[in-house]
Amino acid sequence: MGTASIPLSRQRPSTGRLLLYAVTGVLLVFLVAPIAVVFPLSLSAGELLVLPTPGYSWRWYADFFNSQRWLLATYNSFVVGILTTLIATTLGTLAAIGLYLGRFRGKALILALLSLPMVTPVIVTAIALYFSLSAVGLGSTLTGLVLAHTVLSVPYVLLTVLASLQAFDPNLLRAAASLGANPVQSFYRVVLPLITPAVATGALFAFATSFDELIVALFIASPDQFTLPRQMYAGIREFLSPTIAAAAVLIILLSVFLLMINEAIRKHAIRHILPPTDRMP
Amino acid sequence: MMTRRNLLAAALIAPLLLLVFVSFIVPLGATLYRAVEDAEISTILPKTTALLEQWNGEGVPSEQTYLSLMNELREAQEQQKAGPVLNRLNFEETGLRSMLLQGLRASGQFSGSYKQNLIALNPRWGDPHFWGLVKRSTGPWTPLYFLRSVDLKLGPNGAVVPTADEEAVFIKLFIRTFEISLVVTLICAVLAYPMAYTLSILPQAWTNIGIMLVLIPFWTSILVRTTAWFIILQREGPINALLLSLHLVEQPVTMIFTRFAVYLAMVHVLLPFAILPLYSVMKGIKPDYMRAAASLGAPGWRRFLRIYLPLSMPGVASGALMVFMLSVGFYITPALVGGSGDQMISYFIAFFTNTSVNWGIAAALAALLMGMTGILVAIAWLLVPGFRSGGVRV
Repeated sequence: MGTASIPLSRQRPSTGRLLLYAVTGVLLVFLVAPIAVVFPLSLSAGELLVLPTPGYSWRWYADFFNSQRWLLATYNSFVVGILTTLIATTLGTLAAIGLYLGRFRGKALILALLSLPMVTPVIVTAIALYFSLSAVGLGSTLTGLVLAHTVLSVPYVLLTVLASLQAFDPNLLRAAASLGANPVQSFYRVVLPLITPAVATGALFAFATSFDELIVALFIASPDQFTLPRQMYAGIREFLSPTIAAAAVLIILLSVFLLMINEAIRKHAIRHILPPTDRMP
Repeated sequence: MMTRRNLLAAALIAPLLLLVFVSFIVPLGATLYRAVEDAEISTILPKTTALLEQWNGEGVPSEQTYLSLMNELREAQEQQKAGPVLNRLNFEETGLRSMLLQGLRASGQFSGSYKQNLIALNPRWGDPHFWGLVKRSTGPWTPLYFLRSVDLKLGPNGAVVPTADEEAVFIKLFIRTFEISLVVTLICAVLAYPMAYTLSILPQAWTNIGIMLVLIPFWTSILVRTTAWFIILQREGPINALLLSLHLVEQPVTMIFTRFAVYLAMVHVLLPFAILPLYSVMKGIKPDYMRAAASLGAPGWRRFLRIYLPLSMPGVASGALMVFMLSVGFYITPALVGGSGDQMISYFIAFFTNTSVNWGIAAALAALLMGMTGILVAIAWLLVPGFRSGGVRV
């Protein structure tokens, strides 16, 4: 429903409203422009990150795909991201179902403990894991990085799935039971389809969290375990070449891709599952 | 039946609880414990520690204590383990490291009493105050790191006193962290409010586009966005090129490594965190209320102040708290686009962990940062309904 339907704004097309539109437009440009600017810079034919570019070429993308270090970082990022997503999604979903089913004291405390990594400043988590992973010989290993990223991303899975379970109408289970389904059947046939969008959203968040994570990687990754953000950070610190802009563009494209999947999941959920109040991005 | 259900629930929760416990809670506890732990001297110099336990603090300790300190220190140095001891004592009082190293180098040529030789070398060896410091450092706990992280220290007689001005850097650091976070939060709130409002009243098609333009930066990694600013704000970067070509400036403007750059990049990173909760609250405000107020004759500004603003406050509160909480822990953005005077607490936690190794101070700063964040979370928990709703990606 637009504003036009509200009688009081019809009285005069206010300058105030035009000002609001202008401010919003400018701020949206502010939000997107820095990201957009990286695209032409990454296609520069020159050695420097300047605009206007002295011509366009794919050379910095070629540089990216011919560089051992960037390729290794890409590989590491995907390996760590996918393993993190699998573990975090599995354990987070199981725990959410457990918290939903359980009827015991201390559930709030358990939930708080499990969400603690989400509110702890990442630098604190990073030094804690740096000390402890080195102590058990997992410093400078991909295993250590996967453990760290799993802990950081699991609260998103847990909270998203738990929220969708809490929105779940228990009468559906009674209906399933009255139709002769046993608990296992009603879980697979009723509960699971309804929480699948939340599980998928949680998995996307988990992957994005791991894929974007830099601070823990700064502390526990040696060059052999460098992920894309870590390699990018090293690149910025050493020499600001347009290859970094090319890497940034590739990461942005992946983020937008993840966002699109998330939107598709959300639209699907709105159409088929969720009540209309849960339509927040 | 009840028990079976709970058993199943426990079995489902257990794997994650175990993982979080082993790879988060325990490491976190162990790290924060370093803020009060005082084990260097007693572990590396056990005999000296035992001897000092017998010393009553009057006059100077026995010849045996001098001898034991030198022998244990020499042994530790041969095994490359003396560093923590020297750092620990030097942290107690600057200059003790060089005094100990000087004694160690000279001790090869000592004949006769170590005590007399050392005192002849440097009169401070005969100062009961020095030995008091060593004894105080034998643990097992020390308040020193927490004291130092708020610019205090223990005086000679054990009283808490302010540190010397040139060492008093931490209160300034906390104030700076708060100042940056507060400014960023205010800017975000002021910008997000009209923006979220506009998005909530636009026709749906426009709202969808607007929200998408907010979500794209929200999903793009913080490092990528900071990198974008790092490139844009360079002396030879696009903004300076634009300003020069429009003849708005004669010389390139220095923007990178300034506080301005920190504010700009942090607001850019955090603005979506303020817009999204505000938008969701504003979307839920029924226009009927405003219409009712209008029909009762309330002018526009009054309708806004008395009805719309209070109804939208939960969105402001949750957005602002989220932005402030994230700001306080910021590390990468100031580290990349800020100057040395723009670094926040996280930077110094990293600095004391990696560069200037002082894990006690790093742990004390980490504990204080966690405490501050904990207070903010508690406020959010109490004040903002629905704070726990997930779906916010940090």
